[in-house]
Amino acid sequence: MKRGLAVYAVFAYAFLHVPLLILAIFSFNSSKFAVWESFSFQWYRAVAADANLIESSVNSLIIAIVATAAATIIGTLAAYGLWKKGSAWLSGSLYLSLVTPEIVTGVSLLALFQWIFRFAHLRLGMHTVILAHVGFSLAYVVVVVLARLRSYDRTLEEAALDLGATEFGAFYRVTLPYLAPAIAAAAMLAFTVSIDDYVITSLVAGVDSQTLPMVIYTMARRGVNPALNAVSTLLVFGLGMLILLSERFRKA
Amino acid sequence: MFRRRGPAPVNTKTLRNIFLAPTAILTAITMLAPLAIIVVYSLLTRGAYVGVELPWTIENFTRLWDPVYGIIFLRSFWIAAVATTLCLVLGFPLAMFIARSGPRKNLYLSLVILPFWTSFLIRTYAWMFLLRDTGIINSALQALRIIREPLPLLYNDGAVILGLVYGFLPFMVLPLYATLERLDPSLLEAAADLGARPWDTLVRVTLPLCAPGIRAGAILVFIPCLGTYLTSDLLGGSKTVLIGNLVQNQFTASRDWPFGAALSLALMAIAIGLLFAVRNRGEGLL
Amino acid sequence: MPPETLLSLRHLSKDFATQRAVVDVSLEVPRGAFFSLLGPSGCGKTTILRMVAGFESPTSGEVWLNGQRIDALPPYQRNVNTVFQSYALFPHLTVQGNIEFGLVYDKGHKKGPKETKNADINRVAEVLKQVRLEAKASRKPSELSGGERQRVALARAIVLQPDVLLLDEPLSALDPQLRKQVRGELRDLQRRVGVTFLFVTHDQEEALSMSDQIAVMNAGALEQVGTPREIYVRPRTRFVADFLGAMNWIGGIGVRPEAVSICSEGRKAVVTGVTYLGSFCHIAMTLDSGEVISAQAPPDSPVQPGQAVCVTWNPEDEVRCLGDEVRLQ
Repeated sequence: MKRGLAVYAVFAYAFLHVPLLILAIFSFNSSKFAVWESFSFQWYRAVAADANLIESSVNSLIIAIVATAAATIIGTLAAYGLWKKGSAWLSGSLYLSLVTPEIVTGVSLLALFQWIFRFAHLRLGMHTVILAHVGFSLAYVVVVVLARLRSYDRTLEEAALDLGATEFGAFYRVTLPYLAPAIAAAAMLAFTVSIDDYVITSLVAGVDSQTLPMVIYTMARRGVNPALNAVSTLLVFGLGMLILLSERFRKA
Repeated sequence: MFRRRGPAPVNTKTLRNIFLAPTAILTAITMLAPLAIIVVYSLLTRGAYVGVELPWTIENFTRLWDPVYGIIFLRSFWIAAVATTLCLVLGFPLAMFIARSGPRKNLYLSLVILPFWTSFLIRTYAWMFLLRDTGIINSALQALRIIREPLPLLYNDGAVILGLVYGFLPFMVLPLYATLERLDPSLLEAAADLGARPWDTLVRVTLPLCAPGIRAGAILVFIPCLGTYLTSDLLGGSKTVLIGNLVQNQFTASRDWPFGAALSLALMAIAIGLLFAVRNRGEGLL
Repeated sequence: MPPETLLSLRHLSKDFATQRAVVDVSLEVPRGAFFSLLGPSGCGKTTILRMVAGFESPTSGEVWLNGQRIDALPPYQRNVNTVFQSYALFPHLTVQGNIEFGLVYDKGHKKGPKETKNADINRVAEVLKQVRLEAKASRKPSELSGGERQRVALARAIVLQPDVLLLDEPLSALDPQLRKQVRGELRDLQRRVGVTFLFVTHDQEEALSMSDQIAVMNAGALEQVGTPREIYVRPRTRFVADFLGAMNWIGGIGVRPEAVSICSEGRKAVVTGVTYLGSFCHIAMTLDSGEVISAQAPPDSPVQPGQAVCVTWNPEDEVRCLGDEVRLQ
C-alpha cells in the first residue's frame, strides 16, 4: 500500500503544482497563444510599462502592510485577553467572521458604508478597504496566536509577578517573546489574505483605489491576455519567496 | 511600567479589558453592525434608484421560495457537495501519504500548503488558461490531432467544480493529516495481528478513527464552496449562477439590496446550521 | 523439528540503521509452555517478539511455527496473536466489538456471514467469562480501568485460538499491587487454556514466578535458556547471575546474599550498614580481603554497623561462571 500511496502522491502533487508551473512557463512565451514560440521577456516588459498595474500593486501593498500591522497588533492583544478570560460574545463574533462567506461579508460592509455615508461626507476608498481588511484578518490572527497560547504555561507569568513585574510587564517581557513565532505566522497569514482578497475589496473599494486583484480580475474576464501570465508568475513567485523567507527567519 | 511599585497600577481585569477593547470595537463595526444593517435591509423594500426605503415587508424572504431561486440553491449545494466529496476522496490518500512519510513529513506538508498560500485568484485564473478554447489543453490535443475543434472545457459546472477542488484541496488535507498523524500506529498493527488485511484495516480502523478530521475538513471546504463567487464567476461563465453570484448581482447590477440581504441571511443561516449540526461536542470554538 | 517444539527461531538476526538489535538468536519454544524472554531495555526481546508476530522482518534467520516457515508471511496470515504493551484497544469499538474483531478472518480471508455467527458468539461469551468481563461487554475502552483493558486485550487475542500468544510487557502499565495479582491470574489462565505463551519482560521477579522456561537476553544476544530454578541457581554467565537477584562476587566465585550466613566462624568482615526491610534485614559488609558483599539476616537481628563479624556459606551454593564471553550454543 505504501508504494501505491507514493505513486498517487506524485499525481496529486502534479495536480497541485503543474497548473501554476504552466502559467509560469508560458509567461515567457513570445506568442499570445498556448503554443510555444520562443523565449521572451516581452510580457514582463508590458507589465512594467502598465501604469494601472503598477499603481494597483502599490495600493495593494499599502493596504496589506497597514491592515496587517493593525490586525496583528490588535489581534494579538485580543488573543491574550481571551486567553486570560474568555468572552463568549467576542469569541462567537470572531468565529462568525471566519465562517461567514466572503460575499456576505462584502455586501454587508458595503451596506454599512453606504449607510454611514448618508451622514458623513465620505466615499469608498483606500480607508474603507483597509478597515474591511483589518476586520476580516482579525479572526485569523486571533486563531493563530490563541493556538500558541493554548500550549503556554500559565505559571511563567505568575513567576514573573512573583519576581516583581506588573501585569503588563509580565505580558511584555515573558509572554510576548514566547508568542513571537505565532505572531510572525499570523502576520504572514494576514498579509497574504489581504494581498489576495478580491471579493470583499471589489465591493468596498472606490473608483480610484484599485487593487492588484481587481485589475487581475478584469484582465482575466476580458479573455486572453498573456501579460496576465507574467503578473501571475510575479505575484506567485513573490509571495512564495516571502513565505519561504519568513519561515527561514522564524527558524533562526 | 514593568516593575511593581506599591499597589498594582493596572490589575489583570483592567489589562484584559484594555487588550480586548480594540478588537471588540472593530468587530462591532466590521461584523456586527453590518450584519444588523443587512437584517434591517432584508425587511425593507427596494428603493427607487438606490438603496432601500420603507415599507417594512417580508416579501424578500417569501421570494426565496420561488423555484427559480430554489434551482440556484440546489445547484450551489450540488456543486459544493461534489467538490467537497472530491476533495475528500483526493485528499485522504494524500494526507495518508504525508502522515506515513516519516522524516520528510514537513517537506511534503509544505508542498501542499505552499500553493495555497499564494493567490487564490491566480490559481483560479490558471484553470482559465488551461481550459479555454485557445488554452493549453485544447491546443495540445489539437496539435496531437486527437481533436479537431476545441472542447468546451471552460464555462460549465465541471470547470467550477475543478476550480473549487483545486482551490480548497489543502483545506481538506490539513485536518485529515492532523487526525491521521495522531493515530496510534499500534492500533493498525493490532488490526493486522488479528487478521485484517491492509484494506480492511483502513475501512474498519483508520476511517472510523478519522471521522473528526473528515468532519472538520468537509465543513472547512463545503461552506466556502457553497458561497463561492470568484470561482463560479471566472470558470462558470454566465451559465453557472450560484448563490454567491446571485448575491453579488443584487448589490451591483440589479440594485435590489433588500433581496440581496435576504439571500445573504439565507446563506449564512445554512452555513451556521451546518456547523451546528456537525459540531464536536466538547470542542471549544475559539 | 521435534513434535514438542511449537515455535522455532533459527539464527535470527535483525539490524537497524543505527544498531544491531538481535544477533544470531536461536530458540525452541515447547508446546504449551509459558516461555519468557527476559532482559534489560534494548536487549532485543521486543524485536524478537515483533519478528514472530510479523511486524519486523528478520535481516537473516528463520521463524518456524508448527513445522511451517512463517517469517515471510504478513501478520494477518500467521496464527499468532499479540497482546500489546499499550493494549491497542480500538477506541471506537466496545469490549464486545474489540473481541469480535478478528473472528471474521480465517487465515487472512474474510469468512462468509453464515460461517461466522453461531460458533463465534459462543466463543466470545466463553472468553468474556474467562476474563471476568461479561458485565462490561458493551462498554468502550475509555470507560475501563487499566486492569480491565488488559483483560480485553488478552481476550481479544485468545478468542482467535492462536498457536502462540505473544505478550509484550503486558503488566508494566499496571500499578505494583495489581501486578502481583494479575501475575497469578495470567499463569492460571495459561494453564487452563493451554495456549503457548511467549512473554517479554524486564522484570525478573515476573519471569521467575510465571515461567516454565526463561531465555535471558543482553545486547541482542542470548545469554542463557533454562527453567527459573536453573537460571537462578546455576547462572552460566556473569550477566545472568547479576541480572537475576543480587550476587556477591568473592574472588572468581559468586554467592547469593541469602546463602551467606553470619556466624561465629568463617571469613572476617566488618558490617557497614544494616537496612530493615520488614521481612528481613539487609546487611552490607566489607570482607577483610576487601570485597563488598551483602547478606540477609532475620528482622530482629542484633547486628550493628561497625561490628566485626564472621561469614560463611555452603560450598554447594557457589557459582562459578565461565566468563563474560560465554554464550549459549
